[in-house]
Amino acid sequence: MTPFTYLRADTVNDAVRLGAGETAAFLGGGTNIVDLMRETVARHETLVDVTRLSAAVTETAEGGLLIGAAATNTAVAEHHGVRTRYPMLSRAILAGASAQIRNMATVGGNLLQRTRCTYFYDTDGSHCNKRAPGTGCDAREGFNRIHAILGASDACVATHPSDMCVALTALDAVVHVEGRDGARTLPFGELHRLPGDRPDLDTVLAAGDLITAIELPPLGVAARSTYRKVRDRASYAFALISVAAAIEMDGDRIADVRIAFGGVAHKPWRATKAEPALRGELASEAVFRAAAAAEFADARPLRDNAFKPELATRTLAAVLAELAKGDVA
Amino acid sequence: MSIIDTAKQAAQGLMQGAIEKLVPLAPDSWIPGGRPDPLIAHKHGLIGTPVSRRDGALKVKGEAGFAAEFRFDDMAYAALAYATIPRGRITAIDSAAADAAPGVVLVMTHLNAPRMNTPGVFGSSPTAVGPADLPILQDDRIHWNGQPIACVLAETQEQADHAASLLGFTYDAEPSTTSLEGAKANGREPGLFMGQPLHNRIGDADAALATAPHVVDQVYRTPRHNHNPIEPHAATIAWIDGALVIHDASQMVTAQAQTIGEIFDLEPDKVRLTSPYVGGGFGCKGLWDHQIIGAAAAKLAGRPVRITLSREGVYRVVGGRSLTEQRVAIGATAEGRFDALVHTGLSIMTPHNNMPEPFILGTRAAYACPNISLQVDIARMNMLANTFMRAPGEAVGTFALECAVDELAVDLGIDPVELRILNEPDKDPTSGLAFSSRHIVEAWRNGADHFGWADRSVEPATRRDGEWQIGMGCATGTYPYYRMPGAQARITLTRDGDAVRALIEVAAAEMGMGTSTTTAIVGAERLGLSLDQVEVGYGDSSIPGAIMAGGSQQTAAIGAAVIAAHNALVAELLKLAGNDSPLAGLSADTVGSEDAGLAKIDDPTQRESYASILTRAQRDSVTVTAAAAQPLELMHWSMHSHSAIFCEVRVNAVTGETRVSRILGSFDCGRILNPKTAKSQFRGGIIMGLGMALMEETQFDERNGRIMNPSLAEYHIPVHLDVPEIDVIWTDIADPHTPMGAHGIGEIGITGVAAAVANAVYNATGKRVRDLPITLDKLL
Repeated sequence: MTPFTYLRADTVNDAVRLGAGETAAFLGGGTNIVDLMRETVARHETLVDVTRLSAAVTETAEGGLLIGAAATNTAVAEHHGVRTRYPMLSRAILAGASAQIRNMATVGGNLLQRTRCTYFYDTDGSHCNKRAPGTGCDAREGFNRIHAILGASDACVATHPSDMCVALTALDAVVHVEGRDGARTLPFGELHRLPGDRPDLDTVLAAGDLITAIELPPLGVAARSTYRKVRDRASYAFALISVAAAIEMDGDRIADVRIAFGGVAHKPWRATKAEPALRGELASEAVFRAAAAAEFADARPLRDNAFKPELATRTLAAVLAELAKGDVA
Repeated sequence: MSIIDTAKQAAQGLMQGAIEKLVPLAPDSWIPGGRPDPLIAHKHGLIGTPVSRRDGALKVKGEAGFAAEFRFDDMAYAALAYATIPRGRITAIDSAAADAAPGVVLVMTHLNAPRMNTPGVFGSSPTAVGPADLPILQDDRIHWNGQPIACVLAETQEQADHAASLLGFTYDAEPSTTSLEGAKANGREPGLFMGQPLHNRIGDADAALATAPHVVDQVYRTPRHNHNPIEPHAATIAWIDGALVIHDASQMVTAQAQTIGEIFDLEPDKVRLTSPYVGGGFGCKGLWDHQIIGAAAAKLAGRPVRITLSREGVYRVVGGRSLTEQRVAIGATAEGRFDALVHTGLSIMTPHNNMPEPFILGTRAAYACPNISLQVDIARMNMLANTFMRAPGEAVGTFALECAVDELAVDLGIDPVELRILNEPDKDPTSGLAFSSRHIVEAWRNGADHFGWADRSVEPATRRDGEWQIGMGCATGTYPYYRMPGAQARITLTRDGDAVRALIEVAAAEMGMGTSTTTAIVGAERLGLSLDQVEVGYGDSSIPGAIMAGGSQQTAAIGAAVIAAHNALVAELLKLAGNDSPLAGLSADTVGSEDAGLAKIDDPTQRESYASILTRAQRDSVTVTAAAAQPLELMHWSMHSHSAIFCEVRVNAVTGETRVSRILGSFDCGRILNPKTAKSQFRGGIIMGLGMALMEETQFDERNGRIMNPSLAEYHIPVHLDVPEIDVIWTDIADPHTPMGAHGIGEIGITGVAAAVANAVYNATGKRVRDLPITLDKLL
């Protein structure tokens, strides 16, 4: 670990000022960034602790929720409003990590988690364009079971590891950012990038930008929603495939739907092809599978993850069938 | 009944009770016609009662000092740098930034390391336990991707880690073999395990297979596994007046001290290695590069050193279980009797070690069959030396064999439990020896009963609960009884007024499984003392003898050594007792120990307490040391432990996820000494077996031989949610040919588990998965 200076910010302005340097980073719960620094993937020289900033979950004037970026994963997952109005978010958070980690991890930090690609972590022995731009990608022809099947590039086939972000993508959340030029917001779906030829950039945030809050808009469809994560052991493993889905039925017909996938791409993947294929249709296994087929028509599986399109299709169909029946409590 | 008769009966009863409590001297060998250990007949003593670990409270409170918690004044901290190519030479080292980093004491590479002898590789001599037949930091050569090539010492661990990350190396790579296909193309050799050929041929299995009416002939594959003890390897090391002191985490203190002494040209009494606590061993807590590098760095710096491997470091420095490709072919008659049994295949090792994964070991004594062909071939790869890992051979060998037996049972339409019982041998089918103790049929019957095997649906893929397909499977587990030569025990009996206490010292290892507690139980019972009168010393190379916590042999080795020491103690006490003792004139073989003293076997009223003997002899204490008899029992019998494993799995029809919902192990392992710690060991083995079945796999990148998942986040082992209630039962039938009638039980728990899971997955889904681990993609 590179020696670093620890600073603590008591206000957003302080944080933005202290975190301005190129080698500075913001510190939430530290559940990912400290690992990255120990493994020398990251060599920050200044860490600005932002856990004293807003951790409140409050009602918005529009009828949604505003979640302070310093709120812990546990606090959000247990929040009554989240559990009743956005159950998929609560379930997504609880599907991730362990209770101890969720108690430490913050919402802001969760959004900025970095990939679990093992070549990304192997600073000494492996090539990785995300960690060291221009060195190549050892994952493309190597171990890539947890890697992307959609939206990848020659430069990078990594996936985004967060569960929470999959739900936030489906929920049309809004990210509040404070930067050198003041405050701004951006739609959640625009926060994370596809790798292209700059896989070192996970998000569109500029250096020194601080995420201050996540806003959940009022979204009736989200009341009937869930999150299902498929992985290699019962707990404490990253998703091979995950599905966040919400549905609103009109009799046997799908009135409205929200879907996002985890474990398939460099960013949480909003199913922009599957959703329109479902709206207004009669709920059936065939319709669900057709919607998934539309989403994964462009899938480009790798050596170890050829099972993912079928697994994603099956998982989506099972989740939608359950939601359509109203079985999900 | 007269009052006199009643008194007579009461007196007889007392006498009877005294005789039952009395422990006569045990034989120091177990040869045909020999007398079983008299402790076997002791039914109401300490043995067999559940006793909590003596060090449990210390460990829970964090007060047990492990290897990385010893402290020396002026100690420096070590960090290693590892090679990133599989084979070649180091052509340049850039250490400028590391040298200049804060707190750095020195950077040691092959250029400045002290000259050291090449360690004797494990098995090359009776005391050699070196990791590989390679010099350590003595030249520029790279032999595996991950080899330690530099060591940084600094004032703090953080400073050492940081400086090590600043080192730069330039290599001249040489051609290497890092793929299975490449290794096969280089050629195969017959495997040798501990100097013995891994080959058996009885009758003509090929001919019998060709004519058998029912045949199963399949290839099974098991991947590499890495060791993940909860305590990563560590050592705290000091040179004191020319002698080397190492506080280590070790399964083999004596042999390690000897091998290290040879590396540094030290007389045996100039190396002291202690290991009071070990946070899990499983075969990996031996001698690896890090202790040797740590000792060399301490010598170079003239300061004590603590070297602690990171979890990644464990993957780079400490070998694991190698991969296997196994063919099992069974030919059977229409009634299901085996007529041909073939178990052959390939294991991978390196040019610098000699450790084929000996997967046929468990097959040798498994089933009655007139035609048997067993063979392990090896091919070599440039990689970290592989090593022992819980039940080397049997863990993966039973997967192949017991899946094949299940496949044959399906083909024959016979219940797999009944098929196994039908083929139960009456003597060892390959050695021809009689079994010392084999009650596997009882284990099967008891297990089937407890588990509810009768409720199994014979037809696969027919039970379902929503998305979940439910199935049951079973398999036999097995592991041999071993006892290695070289064990000694030292007993010191100390008087304090009228009280006595005993210190029993053995150069053994406590790795968390309860050895010190079990040794106290057995020692107390043999000496006729209470548990709190007995202290156990262990984990120190200054204790005489050599005992390895390996091959599940430690309990028997300690048991035999304590028998010898007890015999010596009784002889010494009789000498001290002299002519004024009630025991005067008695020979050692006519007395036994009971109630903190010695008594005549056929008249326990003729007795004297230990305290009385010592007092009259004006002695505060007496110390004896004795060596265990040679393990002759192994030459006369085929000696094995057995288990019947039953499990129920649920396989998700949508996602292919497998969850084990119930598992039961029914064991036949001789007499169980401490049911409490035994249960934990069985359960731990079963959990490790579940990991092997469903998730464990080292990701070894075949392009460059680099291990890509060196962390507990990416190398999956079961988490709590993966582990169901584990039921454990045992026959508790003593083996008359072993000390205490016991067998070691450290390894058998893992055996058979992967096959039972795979067979249950078949019963649930109708799908056979023959390559581990059974991940969901193989079931979609």
